[in-house]
Amino acid sequence: MTATTPAGSPSGPPPTAPATGAASAAGASASAGGDAGHRPPAGAGPAHTGSAATRAVGWLALASLALLVLYGLVISPADREMDDVVRLMYVHVPSATYLYLGCFITTLASGMWLWKRTPGWDALAETGAEVALVFAFVTLLTGSLWGRPTWGTYWTWDARLTTTAVLTALLVGYLALRRLDVDPDARSTRAAVVGLLLVPNVVIVNRSVEWWRSLHQSATLARIDPTIEGDMLVALMVGFLALGLVFTWLTIHRFRVAWLEQQADRVDLDAALAARRAEAADGDLDSDPHEKVTPA
Amino acid sequence: MIALTHAGYLAAGWLGTAALVGGYALVVLRRGRRLSRHVPTEERRWS
Amino acid sequence: MWRDATLVAGRDLRVEARSRVTVNQVAPFALLVLILFAFALDPEGPVLERATPGLYWVTVLFSALLAIARSAKLDEADGVRDALRLSALDPAGVFAGKAVAVAAELVALELLLGAGVVVLYGADPAGVGLLVATCAAATAAVATAGTLYGALVSGLRVRETLLPLLLLPVLAPVLIGATRAFDAALGGVPADGWPWCGLLAAFAVLYSVAGALAYGTLLEGS
Repeated sequence: MTATTPAGSPSGPPPTAPATGAASAAGASASAGGDAGHRPPAGAGPAHTGSAATRAVGWLALASLALLVLYGLVISPADREMDDVVRLMYVHVPSATYLYLGCFITTLASGMWLWKRTPGWDALAETGAEVALVFAFVTLLTGSLWGRPTWGTYWTWDARLTTTAVLTALLVGYLALRRLDVDPDARSTRAAVVGLLLVPNVVIVNRSVEWWRSLHQSATLARIDPTIEGDMLVALMVGFLALGLVFTWLTIHRFRVAWLEQQADRVDLDAALAARRAEAADGDLDSDPHEKVTPA
Repeated sequence: MIALTHAGYLAAGWLGTAALVGGYALVVLRRGRRLSRHVPTEERRWS
Repeated sequence: MWRDATLVAGRDLRVEARSRVTVNQVAPFALLVLILFAFALDPEGPVLERATPGLYWVTVLFSALLAIARSAKLDEADGVRDALRLSALDPAGVFAGKAVAVAAELVALELLLGAGVVVLYGADPAGVGLLVATCAAATAAVATAGTLYGALVSGLRVRETLLPLLLLPVLAPVLIGATRAFDAALGGVPADGWPWCGLLAAFAVLYSVAGALAYGTLLEGS
């Protein structure tokens, strides 16, 4: 009733009539009937998910990314054994870290949603998983590109790699469940159960895979662990900083998108309800609907 | 800078990362803009 | 709770006994998969023998997916979910009952497949104690996790495709553990297999608890 949306009822009178008491009571918080405007409030506020804070984070992220390019690709030295391919580490290790951070956020937010049932936690759970999936792809990409020259193979059944692969599959499944077009409340509950089990599952997978590899195929690949110091350490730290800012920026924006989605669902529902009410109210404005009075 | 060893792997890794993260950022921004038009201002508390 | 579990398990198994889907479809499917594996891997060579534990458990998992989907589907029709909710049965009991019913079907399948690998692949069942313990633990793990995820996807239009996507990554540790334990029992040192059995048991305990706690929420929230 507050905003006529393209998705809103195509038929019926446009719900411009100042909402009756019942309709505005059903309206979501704060929307005061018809005075806020019936057209998309494009001019009233920014029609995007940015704010002063995200712009600041965004510019800091870009600046630190430039610094990362400078440190990672130019200033830091090549490794003695791995040569320049070690420069993939400055992207790989931080993105793997933020992948796990995203998973923790999802599990935490899922638990909080099951406890508090406030929509913000639901949105945060979705956000964490989706951002984590992006970092999972980055991790897998840089990891295999690093593995090829170092180990001679893109993929190896190392514990960490296998865990990341299974974790990626878990995230894809979780997000597939979230994408479904069903009753939002039921979807949120089911997704929250899956999300809550995400980190425990990862821990079990990691334990079992590590055990599996160590029992049956010990040390086929001598992992080259460079001692990280000096400019390499600085470059790695810059990587953590830059990708952390990127993670923050993505999380905030994605959270707002999730929030907007929830609100859009509700606005559409309100519009549909208002249209129904207007239809129903057409005939009998001043009579009890149960009495069969012939309409004037 | 040009004289890096494994330049191909490095370029694929760094540019691929940039494409993934940048592309995702653009998608998120676009979705936000599109959805913002559906939602009344007072629900966009950050604006 | 245990009384409720018995009731629900009895109901599920009775439906199963009458419809005979497990006997008529799932079991033949499982045997068919075993035969197809023999076609894919040279049955005369050493490959099949070495791969037997893995093939056995992959087949069990695939057949389990069918059994789990079936079990979840029982509660979809005719408002059974609402009836369960209104029946004052303990949700944890409902979960336990459904898991027990699935486990019973899985045990039957595992026996059949065990006979299958002995006959078709020429496996030599040596360490019987370890084999039985592994089967018991893995069955409990698959049945509990499967019942929980089956409830998660039940009623959705895309459940047939979503269930494997959600469940198979979760069951990856079960596959690893059960395969390693069978490896140890069939060809290696049985003592190596017992830790894996412990892992499977821990998994089963975790999912029993998670399922018992979550089932009520899932019944309500849909």
